[in-house]
Amino acid sequence: MERNRGWGLTMSERKIRVLVAKPGLDGHDRGAKVVARALRDAGMEVIYTGLHQTPEQVAEAALQEDVDVVGLSILSGAHMTLVPRIKELLAGRQMADVPLMVGGIVPEEDAQKLLAEGYADAVFTPGDPLEKIIDWIKEKCRGE
Amino acid sequence: MQLVKELLEGNRRALARLISLVENGDPQKYDLLQELYPHTGNSYVIGITGAPGAGKSSLVDRLLKEMRRDGYSVGVIAVDPTSPFTGGAILGDRIRMQDHALDPGVFIRSMGTRGSLGGLSRATQEAIQVLDAFGQDFILVETVGVGQSEVDIVKTADSTVVVLTPAGGDSVQTMKAGIMEIADIFVINKADLPGAERTAAEVGVMLDMKEQYDWRPPVVSTVTLREEGIDKLWRSLQEHRSYLETSGKLHQLRKERVRRELTEQVEHLVKSRVWQQIRSRIPLEDLIEEIVQRRRDPYSAARDLLANIVFPHNDS
Ligand SMILES: Nc1nc2c(ncn2[C@@H]2O[C@H](COP(=O)(O)OP(=O)(O)O)[C@@H](O)[C@H]2O)c(=O)[nH]1
Ligand SMILES: [Mg+2]
Repeated sequence: MERNRGWGLTMSERKIRVLVAKPGLDGHDRGAKVVARALRDAGMEVIYTGLHQTPEQVAEAALQEDVDVVGLSILSGAHMTLVPRIKELLAGRQMADVPLMVGGIVPEEDAQKLLAEGYADAVFTPGDPLEKIIDWIKEKCRGE
Repeated sequence: MQLVKELLEGNRRALARLISLVENGDPQKYDLLQELYPHTGNSYVIGITGAPGAGKSSLVDRLLKEMRRDGYSVGVIAVDPTSPFTGGAILGDRIRMQDHALDPGVFIRSMGTRGSLGGLSRATQEAIQVLDAFGQDFILVETVGVGQSEVDIVKTADSTVVVLTPAGGDSVQTMKAGIMEIADIFVINKADLPGAERTAAEVGVMLDMKEQYDWRPPVVSTVTLREEGIDKLWRSLQEHRSYLETSGKLHQLRKERVRRELTEQVEHLVKSRVWQQIRSRIPLEDLIEEIVQRRRDPYSAARDLLANIVFPHNDS
């Protein structure tokens, strides 16, 4: 992109924007920060909103920042209430089609349910390599 | 355009989408801005700049509170640096402003500095236009004050706040000269830390070196954690605004801005038209190869390329 600028092209500088949010009452955000840094290093713009976000705050930040992907880090075990709630709030903001990924300690059974019911588009657990998350996001944002 | 219509009806999703379109340099960008333009010119723009960690985001958060209390709607553009190596960025300014996340009178947008020098100030300027058309009374632009591009952004602000801290003690001397000159108001934030008075005094000494002022920048000490000095900062901003308005300086500022915008637009149009015609006619790669091999030179080649450019006067 950069190298074309000399040719007077108004190159579209499409960048993938990702919201990394920590809804709920978890005590720390180490995991979320590791993911945020990995996404930055993969060339993405990561909007990070800090700890203890309410579902409404998460959805509203996603809207104002016009993100391409919403990422939720949830370690508190409250994923089965938080994720559907946030999906619903996003839908209420014309953002039903924005891919939503969940990272954290989510039992396989819950993950399957969230995916099957369309609340989440991907669930990652602490064992997953960061590349897997990066690749998934890139795949989701391709061709937009 | 549907999006413009929705924005004018107060749709926040449309506002967010339009900021992305202009920031990404969408091909429709100038058509969109053209449609928005009649609805702009009503926002008052405040730039807030200073070193990383000076407390700019915290100040924005506190200022938002004051402005909302007085019933004004506010747009925030918070700019953080893009990594020059990866092109990515972590935009974390919202963390300090989350108390306002659900306030319908506040709209916060984070931006990375992305690629080019001029590009950032243009993207910021255009995002301001979009927020302005949306009807925000005030727009706060937070930028890291380290380089020329930030100084440029500040040129698009009506009032500029430069945030200093006591940390290091010699912050005043090491501040870029250009940045010191753009301040309409100085804030000494973290006034709870040792050395704050000295920093304020140093700024005062620096200001005394000039003898005559139409507007002498006030120096306001703040402690954002304890909400100290924020009311004074808000008052200083309002005073600066009425100074600009009554002296006719605001009109002058806005004329300068339009002059710049017009110049840039002409240059943009000329450039894109020229390149469009060149690219449609000439295999550039071949020409470049010829120049590399010294069978031609870039100087005469450029003149030849331009010789056949036409500017029809009756197209849109
Ligand atoms: N001691 C003290 N710390 C402050 C004050 N204002 C902000 N900070 C801290 O300074 C750090 C950077 O603040 P932030 O607003 O993010 O700065 P920015 O990078 O300029 O936007 C944070 O840890 C704040 O808590 C203040 O008035 N006093
Ligand atoms: Mg900040």
